[in-house]
Amino acid sequence: MSFGKTATAREGVSLNPSAQGQGKPVGPAITQAKLANGLDIVVIPDRRAPVVTHMVWYRNGSADDPPGKSGIAHFLEHLMFKGTKANPRGKFSELVADLGGQENAFTSNDYTAYFQRVAKEHLGICMEYEADRMKNLVLTDDVVGPERDVVLEERRMRTDSDPSNQLNEAVQAALFTQHPYGKPIIGWSHEIEGLERADALAYYDRFYTPENAILVVAGDVDPKDVIGLAEKYYGPVPARGEPPNRFRPREPEPRAHRLVTLFDEKVEQPSHQSVFLVPSYKSAAPGEAEALEVLAHLLGGGQTSLLFKTLVMDGKLAVAAGAHYQGTAVDATRFYVFAVPAKGVGLAAIDAAVDAAIARVASLGVNEPELRRAKTRLVAEAVYAQDNQATLAHWYGASLASGLSLADIAQWPERIEAVTPDGVKKAALWLDKRRSVTGFLLPAESHPASTDTDAIHSLAL
Amino acid sequence: MTALAAETPSRASTVQKVVSRGGVEAWLVEDYAIPLIALEFAFKGGATQDPIGKPGAATLLSGLLDEGAGAYDSEGFHRALDDDAIEMSFSADRDILTGRMQSLSRNSARAFALLQLAVTEARLDADSFERVVSQIVASLKSEANDPDFVAGRSLRALAYPNHPYGQPVRGELSTLPILTRANLIEMRAATFARDNLKIAAVGAIDAATLAGHLDEVFGRLPEEPSLNLVVPAVFFGTGTRHVDRIDVPQSAIRFGREGLARTDPDFVPAMVVNHILGGGIFSARLFREVREKRGLAYSVYSRLVTYDHAAMLYGGTSTKNERAAESMAVIEKEISSLSDFGPTEEELDKAKKYLIGSYALRFDTSTKIAGQLVHLQSEGYGVEYLDERNRLIAAVTMEDAERASKRLFGDTKLLVTVAGNPEGV
Repeated sequence: MSFGKTATAREGVSLNPSAQGQGKPVGPAITQAKLANGLDIVVIPDRRAPVVTHMVWYRNGSADDPPGKSGIAHFLEHLMFKGTKANPRGKFSELVADLGGQENAFTSNDYTAYFQRVAKEHLGICMEYEADRMKNLVLTDDVVGPERDVVLEERRMRTDSDPSNQLNEAVQAALFTQHPYGKPIIGWSHEIEGLERADALAYYDRFYTPENAILVVAGDVDPKDVIGLAEKYYGPVPARGEPPNRFRPREPEPRAHRLVTLFDEKVEQPSHQSVFLVPSYKSAAPGEAEALEVLAHLLGGGQTSLLFKTLVMDGKLAVAAGAHYQGTAVDATRFYVFAVPAKGVGLAAIDAAVDAAIARVASLGVNEPELRRAKTRLVAEAVYAQDNQATLAHWYGASLASGLSLADIAQWPERIEAVTPDGVKKAALWLDKRRSVTGFLLPAESHPASTDTDAIHSLAL
Repeated sequence: MTALAAETPSRASTVQKVVSRGGVEAWLVEDYAIPLIALEFAFKGGATQDPIGKPGAATLLSGLLDEGAGAYDSEGFHRALDDDAIEMSFSADRDILTGRMQSLSRNSARAFALLQLAVTEARLDADSFERVVSQIVASLKSEANDPDFVAGRSLRALAYPNHPYGQPVRGELSTLPILTRANLIEMRAATFARDNLKIAAVGAIDAATLAGHLDEVFGRLPEEPSLNLVVPAVFFGTGTRHVDRIDVPQSAIRFGREGLARTDPDFVPAMVVNHILGGGIFSARLFREVREKRGLAYSVYSRLVTYDHAAMLYGGTSTKNERAAESMAVIEKEISSLSDFGPTEEELDKAKKYLIGSYALRFDTSTKIAGQLVHLQSEGYGVEYLDERNRLIAAVTMEDAERASKRLFGDTKLLVTVAGNPEGV
């Protein structure tokens, strides 16, 4: 059986499609175009069902929130459903519902996206509305106030009632000492409380432009028709000149390992996580991100992985263990390792075993059969992804919005195939303890100096 | 709008009924667009067949099927799956135990061979048994003070006391340690039977090839199951409230009352009326009143839950403690209003349009199609229901909707459970 609950925060999506539970495309013939106003277009054919997925991705996310205004990208995402002059509040949602369609939106560190899934003949109407709210959003204080309360309830639900997510937040904040990935996507409560209509509109004016957007359409469509419809509906949205600049201060080279511990009386099951600062697909040297992807799979991708084998199967120290590389990101990103200790096992013992497993890969590397198996799994995910047009649309959108190209996506399977044992060994050097934050989730009663924390202080040296 | 239903091409006609030489039946949608096969199957039984006083057996059994089978130990089995990138998983629900398998078509023979081992020769080794128990225990402990989990658990326990539906599917910290390997072997022998099995396959495989694999995987199972009798479950506790105090800033609220059975003539109108109340879209009454107008919650919903032996209206939301009472009052007011006056013409029309139009979105991936086909079979529908379903919705009249509202919401009393630190509840 697989153990679903992980200690890590997986927000957004990854270049490795397995992070969404599904894989990636090698098959469909992708069409790319660009309108005169700068809007990028990607069309992904899937002719099996008469359905289409229409998405608009903006190349801005929580990492572009101005200082002191954390949560504004996400708050604006909510406010984008409040209507325009031509389509007052609720009108489009009702129309999508009448069509039997689904709609939603989401915000991540590096992007914000809006989508509808409808019968293919309704693609045009979705474009008409999405183009309208790209430039004509109307916000009044009487909708901004209640929606701010909704976001605060969302935060209470996801984070403020859940110690493990509070720890995740603290770990991210510790990992990024100045890069904005350290801020929660939803924002800090005290800053959400201060977000006003004017903040939302300023942010909207800065980022919601055709130059900053990517239209992704997947489904039972002809690319020529899609581009024609896009010209008709998105073409008239005026260009603003250059796409907005994303200014993110670079993270300094980390020198000190950090341990973040959260004690809470609600915790009955302790857990361990380590998060390392590593290059992303966008920021890495050629081949490096792919090696990190393979490393994550070898180290912690399922029950044949090194961590599962050493910590769970052989060592009986943990009941679950795994790893994950959050490779799809504009800037330096995160590599997660997590474990759930077996009854009676302290987190210090887990931490030592994780360190030993990483050290083993870094010094001894991996053998060919293990590497072969990891590649087989990863590359197969490319085929599995073709079964789901929404997964494909998501994957292309997230990759492009994170600064990658269609060629990067197309070449992903062969780049994974090209990873060598030596490449994996080198990638493991990124998992240097000094580059990491370790997070301990512990029950309140263990708070004073237990043997666990004592041991960790010495480890942290 | 009735035209909408009529225009939809026949979905039922894409389904082939495949019967193997050994008499194993499956529904197949053959499609070669992508070199993949998706298979899903379900045995009736699930958690309703957990031994008395030992909830969690079905979950544990499902968790052990891929933990070593035939000549493979746990690690060997997972390595074999990895070598050919085969996806395989098992899970238990209230009334069924489900298996899912996905394979690249070039590896499908191997995938079926491994599936055969999991279904008929899972070893249930002692070390795997202990490990999976410890994993379930850890997941239960992780959620022990999670308000959503606690409120949902309390609602089911209070609604269905002394019935398997009131028990947690994954078991309890106190009952998991007393489950034995013999319990699981007995459960497998009683529930893994051909007459008890529904199967669907989707993708790059023809009927003859599938039929051969059906015999290979399921052909050696006994014909007849021997299920414990499950009595109909009546919903208790309506009109009462229960609070689990947890020190968090937000209260998770769950509510429920007796629902309408799937076989009830008013089930389809009730489905439409529930959609108007709290279906998962932005125009539902609860969404509009609780979230949009008042900012009381991020999530608010209601749904019709239909088990084989029970039915309930179920819903929930999460609101800050100070406003929990207000949220509940708003929800109760909407339920009252629907019970007294029924929906408006416009609401009825819109709900029907949505339910009809959105059905197609359940059939746009192989795994989703396989899941839908097993679901329909498990609930006792024939393949023709794939086309009938939208016609039934289109035929719902205002009279039907009003009658269903009266029956579904009745005296509007609810069982309400709250986990958190609510004020005024």
